Amino acid sequence: MKKTGAQILWESLIKEGVEVVFGILGGSVLPLYDALPQYPQLRHILVRHEQGAAHAADGYARVRHKAGVCISTSGPGATNLVTGIANAYMDSSPMVAITGQVARPFIGKDAFQETDITGITLPITKHSYLVTSAAELARTVKEAFHIAQTGRPGPVIINLPRDVQQEEAEFTYPDRIDLPGYKPTLYGHPAQIRKAVDLINEAERPLIIAGRGVIISQACDQLRELAEKAQMPVVTTLLGIGSFPQNHVLSLGMLGMHGVAHANLAVQNSDLIIAVGMRFDDRATASTKDFAPHARIIHIDIDPAEIGKNIPAYVPIVGDAKNVFNSINEGIEFGSHSDWLSQLEQWMYEHPLVEDRGDDELLPQYIIRQIYEATQGDAIIVTGVGQNQMWAAQHFPYANPDSLISSGGLGTMGFELPAAVGAKVGCPEKTVWCVAGDGGFQMTIQELATIAQENLAVKIAIMDNGYLGMVRQWQELFYERRYVETKLWNPDFVKIAEAYDIPGTRVRRKDEVIPAVSKAIDCPGAFLIDFIIEPEENVYPMVLPGGALSQMLEIPKRVTS
Amino acid sequence: MSASKHTLVALVEDKPGVLNKVASLFRRRGFNIESIAVGRIEQPGLSRMTIVVDSDSVEVEQIRKQFDKLIEVIKVSDITENEIVARELALIKIKATASTRSEIIQIVDIFRANIVDVAPDSLMVEATGDEDKIDSLFKLLRGFGIKEMSRTGRIALTRGAD
Repeated sequence: MKKTGAQILWESLIKEGVEVVFGILGGSVLPLYDALPQYPQLRHILVRHEQGAAHAADGYARVRHKAGVCISTSGPGATNLVTGIANAYMDSSPMVAITGQVARPFIGKDAFQETDITGITLPITKHSYLVTSAAELARTVKEAFHIAQTGRPGPVIINLPRDVQQEEAEFTYPDRIDLPGYKPTLYGHPAQIRKAVDLINEAERPLIIAGRGVIISQACDQLRELAEKAQMPVVTTLLGIGSFPQNHVLSLGMLGMHGVAHANLAVQNSDLIIAVGMRFDDRATASTKDFAPHARIIHIDIDPAEIGKNIPAYVPIVGDAKNVFNSINEGIEFGSHSDWLSQLEQWMYEHPLVEDRGDDELLPQYIIRQIYEATQGDAIIVTGVGQNQMWAAQHFPYANPDSLISSGGLGTMGFELPAAVGAKVGCPEKTVWCVAGDGGFQMTIQELATIAQENLAVKIAIMDNGYLGMVRQWQELFYERRYVETKLWNPDFVKIAEAYDIPGTRVRRKDEVIPAVSKAIDCPGAFLIDFIIEPEENVYPMVLPGGALSQMLEIPKRVTS
Repeated sequence: MSASKHTLVALVEDKPGVLNKVASLFRRRGFNIESIAVGRIEQPGLSRMTIVVDSDSVEVEQIRKQFDKLIEVIKVSDITENEIVARELALIKIKATASTRSEIIQIVDIFRANIVDVAPDSLMVEATGDEDKIDSLFKLLRGFGIKEMSRTGRIALTRGAD
């Protein structure tokens, strides 16, 4: 049956199980959108900036474990997606970005709203397509989703010229695809597994470092089985938070530049590290030449290029985390490392994270803790980037995967609000809190309109210190307190929310926190709280730049009464 | 070939933009391409790309893996240590006068190269061989004055049935 390119696209998306798309239209996608009403089963969320569409698709993808779809027109619409695409690329989020393009005869002629988005996104996409005829569109969509969602997930861009949207072609959705150059390895090599099992059985101070790959692979149960069977403690990267319940006795917490001290000490003193679904990013390792000096490393990842890229692996294993865990779990013996665990407990006691200095200051750590108490941890926390992100990562005991959504690799300020939109659309029955800094919040503040239009009950907590917080912290600690261009004049966020028909409140005192959080939760729709926090509060611990993980700046230890 | 040069051979899909992608990848990761040669092969729809990179072994493995990640790339091998036959083609236009012409022709004969163009004040030489041979020929001819030169870069296949 003959259909237009526009119809073929929508129907192909439906075949791929797409339920929601995020986008803004423009001239080059008019024919596409004109066909949209024919498909009422597809929900379209109209955002207010294409960056918002991309981040929303990313947030959606992370909580739903399937590709998020964003749509933009050509030219500036496409370039506005770039930050969101780069963000998805760095954090391995499955995404299919559909960008309009000028009609085929105009390509390459500097036409109105024409850009070479394929060329621009070459280094930040897993793959890209320029569709040259309606006849190849269905196969393109099928391939795009396959590439985006399998192996190490990532963004795929489909550039769709306007005249292809109008062209007619026979529509049959292919049932197979043939990508000879793309065959991810899913099962670990048996010899490597054997080596790993032997090392685990012999280790005295073993440690698991779990990254986002464990969550992507949905291997949390298998991780837990490994940790419990071998009695090994678990640290996570920022994006690995939630892969292992933080209230579990074997959980140490997050490692890295702003990780908890005992997690970093564990890494530096371990004799065997099992790194899974993590890529030894510099925020996690600090100085690579000083990283884990006493440990042999078993590196398990689905992307072979990550193994050996930053840190040499003693036992490299390429495979999907869940499968590799299963193989390892079959081979290992029940373990016991009581001395090691006691030492870790000792360090945990000696290096506590302080949330509350016992006075009246309004501290962000306290606020995050109260959000945890009020939700009992049953919430999705979407963070911005910087201090707000680190406090949210440190002070909320995450017990489930997909409960912390954060921009790790790219560190995109402004991710928080649209990603919270995406998370809420993906999981409408869950409580979603957007933890933002006053700086980042203003970068995508226009998405308040999306929240209002779609009636999304996103709870917004602004950690408002009147600064670009993390940058100010660095200026304080390493640039002799020269606050160059970090002080922000901010508008009245509560008034702005009100202008978007979103109720809100301002909190200036510690005793107002709990009532404000309750009010936000009781409110059936969206709610914004502007927390005026201690302006020069810093994130601790902090690994000194260039230093090893164990070289941390910590706040003075709490004096116990 | 100096110790730090490696030859990568890749089987890639013959699709528009693949060469650009490969070059972009190498640039983005900071890997230096010495030469790149690509052409169709015995199977339709596929090309063979031969790239010479200047790097040490550990980094080359990383290059190879990143290269292999590209969707259009089917297989990448580092054949530096293998038994291979490697060749490159060069065209060299040399200044030639009545007095120097016969000497140039002698050198060209010794290298089993060919004269492919004659003009009153120049000769064009076509030479095929491994890099060392081309480099040697170039050094010898340089003294006469090279007007223009073009080299293809290395192509290579492994010896035997592989």
